[in-house]
Amino acid sequence: MDLFEYQARDMFEKHGVPVLAGATATTPEEARAAAEQIGPKSGGVTVVKAQVKTGGRGKAGGVKVAKSAEEAEQLAGQILGMDIKGHTVGTVMIAQGARIAEEYYFSILLDRANRSYLAMCSVEGGMDIEQLAEERPEALAKVAVDPNVGIDEAKAQEIVDAAGFDAETAAKVAPVLQTLWTVYRDEDATLVEVNPLVKTEDGEIIALDGKVTLDGNAGFRHPDHEALEDKGAADPLEAAAKEKDLNYVKLDGSVGIIGNGAGLVMSTLDVVAYAGEEFGGQKPANFLDIGGGASAEVMANGLHIILSDPQVKSVFVNVFGGITACDAVANGIVGALDALGDEEDRPLVVRLDGNNVEEGRRILEERSHPLVTIEPTMDGAARRAAELAAN
Amino acid sequence: MAIFLNADSKVIVQGMTGSEGMKHTQRMLKSGTNIVGGVNPRKAGTTVDFEGGVAVPVYGTVKEAIEATGANVSVIFVPAQFTKAAAVEAIDADIPLAVVITEGVAVKDTAEFYNYAKSRGTTRIVGPNCPGLITPGVSNAGIIPADISGSGRIGLVSKSGTLTYQMMYELRDFGFSSAVGIGGDPIIGTTHIDCLEAFQNDPDTDAIVMIGEIGGDAEERAAAYIKEHVTKPVVGYVAGFTAPEGKTMGHAGAIVSGSSGTAQAKKEALEAAGVKVGKTPSETAQLMREIMKDLAK
Repeated sequence: MDLFEYQARDMFEKHGVPVLAGATATTPEEARAAAEQIGPKSGGVTVVKAQVKTGGRGKAGGVKVAKSAEEAEQLAGQILGMDIKGHTVGTVMIAQGARIAEEYYFSILLDRANRSYLAMCSVEGGMDIEQLAEERPEALAKVAVDPNVGIDEAKAQEIVDAAGFDAETAAKVAPVLQTLWTVYRDEDATLVEVNPLVKTEDGEIIALDGKVTLDGNAGFRHPDHEALEDKGAADPLEAAAKEKDLNYVKLDGSVGIIGNGAGLVMSTLDVVAYAGEEFGGQKPANFLDIGGGASAEVMANGLHIILSDPQVKSVFVNVFGGITACDAVANGIVGALDALGDEEDRPLVVRLDGNNVEEGRRILEERSHPLVTIEPTMDGAARRAAELAAN
Repeated sequence: MAIFLNADSKVIVQGMTGSEGMKHTQRMLKSGTNIVGGVNPRKAGTTVDFEGGVAVPVYGTVKEAIEATGANVSVIFVPAQFTKAAAVEAIDADIPLAVVITEGVAVKDTAEFYNYAKSRGTTRIVGPNCPGLITPGVSNAGIIPADISGSGRIGLVSKSGTLTYQMMYELRDFGFSSAVGIGGDPIIGTTHIDCLEAFQNDPDTDAIVMIGEIGGDAEERAAAYIKEHVTKPVVGYVAGFTAPEGKTMGHAGAIVSGSSGTAQAKKEALEAAGVKVGKTPSETAQLMREIMKDLAK
């Protein structure tokens, strides 16, 4: 889960990372009130920052300096509702102004290749870091971090040395890096990025922006993380699926997909998209993994979610029963269709293989539901489902 | 021979007395695995009866189980929040192979126990979030259904469980030396490269199927490895061409971020390394079938 900047700011503050005062606003009036509170800390100046989970908001006009509370209100009025790379701005952060002397970059992230963590640091912050990594890789220090040791004093020193800070600045930056490590470790983050990390004209080190990604699998240690979820942004079908503990991603095609196992379902989407090329470019409507050992109930819930998508014209159920029993899948299909009754007229193509496949096919054949076609192979079934969606 | 798992494998199950552990221990026993014990400190000293008249003793710790039985493989079924502790216990006991089936393990926990195992240097980790591995007809450490395919001379390595099953099913007429499900998490203990190396060195393996998916650059690195070190024929399959950017597709590690981790890039890297890449699982199986026929000539 990616956090908004203001959520990252609050999290940083909780762990003792130096940040500037900031408050959120969803209306221009709230922005004004926030600026009246915060402005006096920085001579009346505040920064109005669009809260969107994408980069490049500065270039898009989503970050503006306000010299008064009136101007903050006015600027918030411009920024709220703005579209930044497909993200509508619903919240702005009113932040204290800062006199910036220098901008740096710091991040700690998962290093999948080395199955470890990696710290990246540069004295040339503020710009797009992917661009810096490409154009001037020597300016971006990369230092391996052992997950069982973390960024201790020695590691922080190694990082600031590698980045090339002068001794005086290095001594101030190093402890901030150690604190950012505690955010990463204690919050079960998979990314903590500060761009820019700044030195003010007074020589203070401050995290001026923050990007944090939290590990959804670590929720059991962090009951407070659930409140950070941006529930409003979720697709309604995705939200409904989540409530039923289903792993569903909404896409924009016409063939509904249900399968078991993430790999097989991803593969099913691809196979449907290939087959769909022959039928006017039919594409998968969703990703839905009912998981290992799914019951008839899980199957039925999945089918209900898929059929609530009006874009869906046909459905492809693709199951290879490893642990999942094909008879349970078949019972789920029959149960769901019976519950829907005559209301439902969209065809289902079913391909079953593996555990209890004979029983599964027998159940479907016996019921001989007019909407259900059984196909023996995955490729053949994908073709049939795409063809039906095109009709 | 096969890889990682053979006739000398003596398997213990951490979490055997839980419902998943019981179910899959039964299945592993049924497929011929030499299960020598379970681990549960609260039930130490008891035995658990399985179908077929097998009574499996329960030990208090992995260390005790190894001392009593000479176990060299542990399969871990404990819930995600306790997985790290179970893995660390297995590592501390110097078990040569720990197979972590559990799904939903926090990535920090995996990073910590994997790097602990690495520093200690005595335990290979497979997983987490994986179906385990099977050497058909010999031993089965995990949840791969043993009746899909018998023994043969193809090696299989895959991030995905169900695609492992699908591919074994498609190629059941040839059979497998070993099939390893390495798991779909961002950090995993055994990689494609580890398996490619082992299959290359395994005299019982003639050709290799490698299944990947979106996210990270493991397939690209595997491609570079193949180019340098693998002389046996390899066919590949990559899932997730239609996955949208920024969305996690079921597996925690399966996500395209910006322009990195795409299926297209992985396919191109594999092809550049001389790997034939199928468009669908069936087409991939067909490519392997042709290779096996050629090798038989």
